[in-house]
Parts: sequence; C-alpha cells; structure tokens
Amino acid sequence: MTALELSMALKSKEMSVTEAVLACVERIREADSELNSFINVCADSALEQAARVQKRIDGGEALSPLAGVPVALKDNISTRGVETTCASKMLGGYVPVYNATVVDRLEAAGMVIVGKLNMDEFAMGGSSETSYFGAVKNPLDKSRVAGGSSGGSAAAVAAGLVPLALGSDTGGSIRQPCSFCGVTGIKPTYGAVSRYGLIAYASSLDQIGTLGNHADDCAALLSVISGKAHEDGTCILPKPFEFENNNAENLSGVKIGLPRNYFEKGIDVGVKTAVLEAAKRFEKAGACIEEFEMPFMDYAVEAYYIIACAEASSNLSRYDGIKYGYRSEKAETLSEVYRMSRSEGFGLEVKRRIMLGSFVLSSGYYDAYYKKALQTRALIKCAYDELFQKYDMLLSPVAPTTAYKIGENINDPLKMYMGDIYTVSVNLAGLPAVSLPCGRAENNMPVGFQLIGEAFSENKLIHAARGYEQLNC
Amino acid sequence: MIWETVMGLEVHAELSTDSKIFCGCSAAFGSEPNTLVCPVCAGLPGVLPRLNENVVEYAVRLGLILDCDITRHCKFDRKNYFYPDLPKAYQTSQLYAPICRNGKLEIETENGKKTIGIREIHMEEDAGKLIHDPLNGNTAMDFNRCGVPLLEIVTNPDFSDAEEVNAYLERLREILLYSGICDCKMQEGSMRADINLSVRERGGELGTRTEMKNLNSFKAITRAIEFEQKRQIEILENGGEVIQETRRWDDNKRQSYGMRSKENAQDYRYFPEPDLLPISISDSMLKQIQEELPELAHEKRARYQEVYGITEREAKLITTHKNISSLFEDLAEKSVLAREAANLVLGEIMRLLNTHDILPENLNVNSNKLSYLINILSQGKINRNSYKEAIQEVFLNDINPEEYIEQKGLLIVNDETAVLSAVNKILENNAQAVSDYKNGKEKAFGFLMGQVMRELRGAGEAEMVRLMLEMRLTVI
Repeated sequence: MTALELSMALKSKEMSVTEAVLACVERIREADSELNSFINVCADSALEQAARVQKRIDGGEALSPLAGVPVALKDNISTRGVETTCASKMLGGYVPVYNATVVDRLEAAGMVIVGKLNMDEFAMGGSSETSYFGAVKNPLDKSRVAGGSSGGSAAAVAAGLVPLALGSDTGGSIRQPCSFCGVTGIKPTYGAVSRYGLIAYASSLDQIGTLGNHADDCAALLSVISGKAHEDGTCILPKPFEFENNNAENLSGVKIGLPRNYFEKGIDVGVKTAVLEAAKRFEKAGACIEEFEMPFMDYAVEAYYIIACAEASSNLSRYDGIKYGYRSEKAETLSEVYRMSRSEGFGLEVKRRIMLGSFVLSSGYYDAYYKKALQTRALIKCAYDELFQKYDMLLSPVAPTTAYKIGENINDPLKMYMGDIYTVSVNLAGLPAVSLPCGRAENNMPVGFQLIGEAFSENKLIHAARGYEQLNC
Repeated sequence: MIWETVMGLEVHAELSTDSKIFCGCSAAFGSEPNTLVCPVCAGLPGVLPRLNENVVEYAVRLGLILDCDITRHCKFDRKNYFYPDLPKAYQTSQLYAPICRNGKLEIETENGKKTIGIREIHMEEDAGKLIHDPLNGNTAMDFNRCGVPLLEIVTNPDFSDAEEVNAYLERLREILLYSGICDCKMQEGSMRADINLSVRERGGELGTRTEMKNLNSFKAITRAIEFEQKRQIEILENGGEVIQETRRWDDNKRQSYGMRSKENAQDYRYFPEPDLLPISISDSMLKQIQEELPELAHEKRARYQEVYGITEREAKLITTHKNISSLFEDLAEKSVLAREAANLVLGEIMRLLNTHDILPENLNVNSNKLSYLINILSQGKINRNSYKEAIQEVFLNDINPEEYIEQKGLLIVNDETAVLSAVNKILENNAQAVSDYKNGKEKAFGFLMGQVMRELRGAGEAEMVRLMLEMRLTVI
C-alpha cells in the first residue's frame, strides 16, 4: 500500500489513524533495535496527534492527501518539545522551543510524526556511521551501511517501518542513502522548502527533501512541505508544488542527457550496468537519450567540500558549551569551556570539517581556496544552465558504488568524499533531483540513479520518475 | 621633532527602528533582561534571519545625507568570533559590499572648514550584554540587545586633533538625531565611537595605529585622544615602537589599557552570509527616500531665522537637540506669537532642564498646555509671574493649566466691581495709611497699592488698581 492509499483507507474508515500509528510504532519496536534507524520514537505524542487527526477526519474536514499517514524526521529537523540531537553528543538533551516550518506543515496536513531518525553527526558523512548513537544498518544486508547522511530515513523507509520520511540533502544526503537502500527520494530545488528549523550544516546547500517507496508518495509529501515561508527569506517558491496524479505517463520525446564521463572511471561495474540499463528503458519508452561530457567533474567535490566546510565552521560555532547542549565538566575558564566542550562534544568527522572550513576562510587562504571554490561553483551553475537549454533532464548514477560494509571506508575520508562525485554538483547549482532505484548489482545490493532538472522543474522530474516506475510494473 | 596626529573614526549608531534587524523582537532599550528575545536573536540551532527592510531604508537615508555612493546590490557577510554575548558566534555584518561608500561631511572648527571623507557605512547587528557580578564572580547574559540594528560609519584618516573629532561627532550626532535614525544616547550606548590613532613626524609616513574603545562621552573622547597622542609620542621619542593593538579607555582612571595586540588579533574569517539574499535597492526606493529626507538642523536654523525672525544664536541654541527644536516648532505653530515661543524655550524650558538636571533627550512636556499659556499671556489674561509659575507646574507635574489658573485665581482681575470692592476694603482697614497719604506721604500709596494687589492675590491688572485707588483717595 502506498502512503496515499493508506490515507484514503483512513479517510474511508477502513482503519483508524490510531491503529495505523500503533502498527507503525510496533514495527519500529520490533525491527529497529537491530537497524538503529531511529534515535527517538515519540509514541505518546504520535498517538495524541493521531487522535486529533481522527477527530478532524470524523468531523468531515477536507484534509491533505497524506492525512493520518505516519512520518519520521531526520533528527536535524527541530521539533518543539522533542529532543533534537543531529546525532551528536554536542546536542544531547537539547529540546527545541520551536518547530521547523516543515513540522508545522506536516501537522497542519494531518500527518503524524512518529519519531526522529538517525543520521551522520550534523549531516556530515555518507554512511550514517558518524552518528554518536552508532551506525544505521542497511535493512537489505545488516553488515552494510545504509548510506548517509539521511541513512536513518532511507533505512526506515526501506524496512517498511514508516511509509515516508524527511531527510536533508547538502551534497547527496537524501539521494545516496536512497540508492544504497533501494528507495525513492527527492532533493528539491534550493529555495523550494523552508530551511527554518533545519539545523544548518551548510546553509547555501542544505535542503529538506522527501523519501518513500513511490515517486507519488514523495511528491505528495513535497507538496505538503514546499512553498514560501515568512521565516526563511531564501525560500522563494511562491506556492507549494502541485503534482497532477494522471495515471499513464508518456516518456516519448523527453530529452535526457547522459554524462558520458560519469561512467568512465571510479564507478563499480554493477552500478554502471544498472544505471545504463535504466537509461535504455527510458529510451525504449520513447525518451531521447544523448550522451554529453559533464564539465568540471574533477572540481565539483573539492569546491563542495571547501564551501560546505566553510559554512559549517561558522554554523557550528554556536555550540560553545555556554547556552545549551554539552559542556565539559572539567572546564574552568571561558576558553576551556569552548575548547574542551567542543573537543569532547563533536565527533571526529565534524571536527575535521570545522578545521578544514576554518582554514579555507582564514586570512591569507580565503582567496586561494574559498574564493576559487565560489568561482568554480558559478562555472558549474553556468554549465548546467547550458545543458538545460538542450535537455529536459539529466540521468546519472547517484553513487559510484553500492552500500559498502560498515567500517570499510570510515577511516579513509578522501575515499568517502569521492563517493559524492555525482551528487554534489547538483547542490552547488541548487538544482532538483530525484533518486530512483534501478535494480541490483552482482552483490545483490540496490543501485540508484538520479534525474536532475533545472531549478523548480520538480513537476517534470516527478512525471518522468512516475513514468519510469510504470515501466517496471 | 614636530609630531602630528592622524585619526580615523568608527561610529556605531543603534537604529531607532521598532524591531530588531533579523526578527520581530522589540529593539527597545532598558527592559528586564532576556525579555526581548526569540529563537532567532538567541541564535538557537536551525533559526534563520529575516531582514527588517527599515534598516536598509535608514542606511540609505544616512548615505544620501552624507553624499555617499549607494551600493545598489549589496549583501551581508558573517564575522566569526567566539564570545558569550554573541549567541551565534558570528555577527552578521557587511565587509565585501557595504551599503554606502565614498561619502563626506563638512565640519567647522576654529581653524575653519574641513571635509571629512566617509569611507563606508555598513549595516550589522548588535551583540548582547554580559553582566559580571563582582560578589560571586558569576557572569550573567542579557540577550535583549542581540540583533538590535546598527550602522557603522567609518571615516578616512582625516582628523588631526580632538577638536575636529568632536566637531565631526557633533555634526554626525545632529544628523542622526534629526533624520530620526538614532537617538544618540551615548550613556546608553546607542551611539559609540572608536578612534584609530597614530602619530608621525610632520609630513612623514603614517605611523602604527591603535584602536581605542569604550569612549562614552565627548569629554572622554577628548581626554582619550590627548592621552593616546602623548603615550605614542613618548614611546617614539624614547626610541620605542608603537604596537598595533586595541586599547580600552578607562575614563575614571584617565588612561587606556591594551586589550589585544595584532599578534593575538582575531581572524574573523569573514565570508558571505548564505542565509540572506542579496539586497537590491531599486530606483523607486532610492527616489522615495531622497524625497522624504527629513529637514536637518542647519536647514532648520535657516528657516527659523527667516520664518520666525529669531537670531542665528537663538536658532543654534534651539537646534542643540531635536527634542528642543521639535518643541519650539510645535509651540511656534500653535501660538499667537512665535517670539514668545522662542523666549519660552530658550528661557524657562532651558532653565528647568538645567535646574532639574534633565537631558534634552528626556524632555517630555505637553506642548498644547504650554501654547495655551503662551496664548493667554499674549492676550494679557495672566501676568508674567503667574505664567512662569504655571509653566513650571506643566513642566514638572503636567498639570492642567486652565484648571490650575482657575483654582489659584491667577487670571488677571480687570473687573471694575471686583477691583473697587478690594480697594474699598483696604481703605477701610488702613485708616492710618490713608491719613498718612493725605498728609503728603507718597510712600503710603505704594503700601496701599500692595495691599490691594495682595487682596486680589496678585492677579489684579496693575493699571486699573492704580487708577481706582487714586480715584477713591481723592474723594475720601
């Protein structure tokens, strides 16, 4: 059953919202001790919200197409009264006094938040292994990672614990775990969804997006959360997306660009085969596939890490042990409070990125690194603009590999960073992308591909994604 | 060796906007600690700034007054540093593209006129306040001031003595006040000046500069400049080197202390603020601000002389503070005699401010009540003493002047019957004085006159009382 179908069943009283939520909480209790996809299950508040939504249904209120559907949130999305940790020791015990815009919108739409999902610490990582609460396990092979940083979101959806989840994507953090776990996700255009209440990693790149088992579900959830919000001046989409739900999609004539150089080196054969197979299916359905050379491929990862870490070094400075969160008990002086709280409260990867970011912004290095990275970013943006003069969308792999073993890459940060090679340029250019599963590699782990569109072309991407899903039926 | 001093100024002005720069909290001064705080100005995880458009308008207004180039596409940058009064650990400010550049302001000192170059004006947010408790050694934080909008006005190194600095600050203060941008209360910190100072041999290369902070009054500024000039010259004359550093002025001890030197200088790691979109200033916005520029002090002075016929000196006195000139304009508008309004402001009002040690910025008096008094004075309904008495009561106690005059019987009695009956009563009760007068003692008339006035509680019209008394005495 899709999330949309579940909501219809709830509205036609085949099941009560409370029953649906209880079933969901039950599934989480059974399966999650092993998966570790949740940091916090909020059964009580979920049941209260379920009762409120049931009342609204019983009162005949016209509710959103996802009313009554349980949903879980990545633990970097602020929830009033519910601890929000970013999977960090630093924010242990931090309980927000306000809701993120998206949380208010979920509640207004009658959705039920059942818990907060595990992730890489402060969304920094590609495997959800940097979490203070331990690694998330891939439901398809528990010795493997779920991907990251929204690993908890992808794993919970893949394991059927929740029909829908919210994640955030700064450099691929929704798409890559979707690929690793075999689920679908949307990374919206920068400025389509309010970031207010999303605990910032890299402000110019972060965007909240949706994960589910079906493109329709993900799109419906995106409709709920998208659109202008007073609290976020960078959120410029005037009205929420509206996605038509027409039954048969027609892919014929859709012009899709295929970046030839993405398939040349550093990509697993199984991934390459599966993604090219997906391209062929589009072609068979009438789409026009054309290869092109993606410019600046070798610079995207570097530009991304410089910009993201620079912003992170500033965004994470507020965790100083003074006002909330972790404070070292050993600290005596002010500078000790800062130094010791931050040394003890942050994990290794977070500290690595703060130091890298502080370095590239330091006087004497700014021009050599940060400014160059901004220039590279502008060039990448222009390159995409030109590509979209020719193509409706681009089709590319999401990650060069399938889910690897837990512990396999965690001590090789450069290798981990190269895993972001296909995803980061989309964030640098602020574009939307949909990640879809396309079969399995020889190791039986899922492979995903992404459709990338020009800014605010979510509708086009959803139609194509739905069309692709229909080919598989 | 002849030394000369080179100085540049950085003035921080807190804006008189209703709300803070990036959230809807009130920007008012003096509330209970941490009562004007929300998640945004407290810098909680996940919050985003939302620019208060009024701040941009104020900045452009000041830029236009100071002849600046307005940066039509400007943006904010983050200045990163750790301090407990800065909850985000960065200050949202402007480094790379400040909103105004290349302005100027003319000053006048005893040495004549001089133009001071304005390098830039930028917008930024204020930090909170730390309150140290010396008894228990604890430090408390008050975040009310976090996010109060500031304009920083940076000059070129164009000053050579304290007199020029003070003349500039006076001019700037007048502009900020009269344009409604800042209330310029130095003791509350709403206007703060930092001074960059270096000395050099006359005509030689620029020396190493120091930056002086914590200057809370014009007098402190003069003292700090004199101290720092002397300190640097002494160092150089003894063959030493001035260290580039930030120094804190202690006005009680009349000396400054090094806070941090260049070696420990903070690297602020500025970079463009990603949470705010760049600001575009449209032609129409610029035009509208230009058209709505308020009348400045020097323009008022010219107008007062022309329209109200007061002297240049009087006009200068009236425009020493916006509250005083506003009161004057109000009174001149509502009163029959503008001259009397000027007299009132320059006389009684100034005297009352001085006597009761009230700063002009705290002047709060009902101009309707004052103009009522001016008008009945000019109509001859009260005498000048009663007028002054009533003015003082309005000023201090905000009394209703009409009731007050009624109750106290201050209205001039020019009713013949009333005056006559008072005269008769006094003549009856003072037979001795009457006979003294009859016997040629002129002094007795004065005594009787005084008695009648007292009977009329001082409110008798003097001329009528004299006539009536003379008339009655001749017929007795």
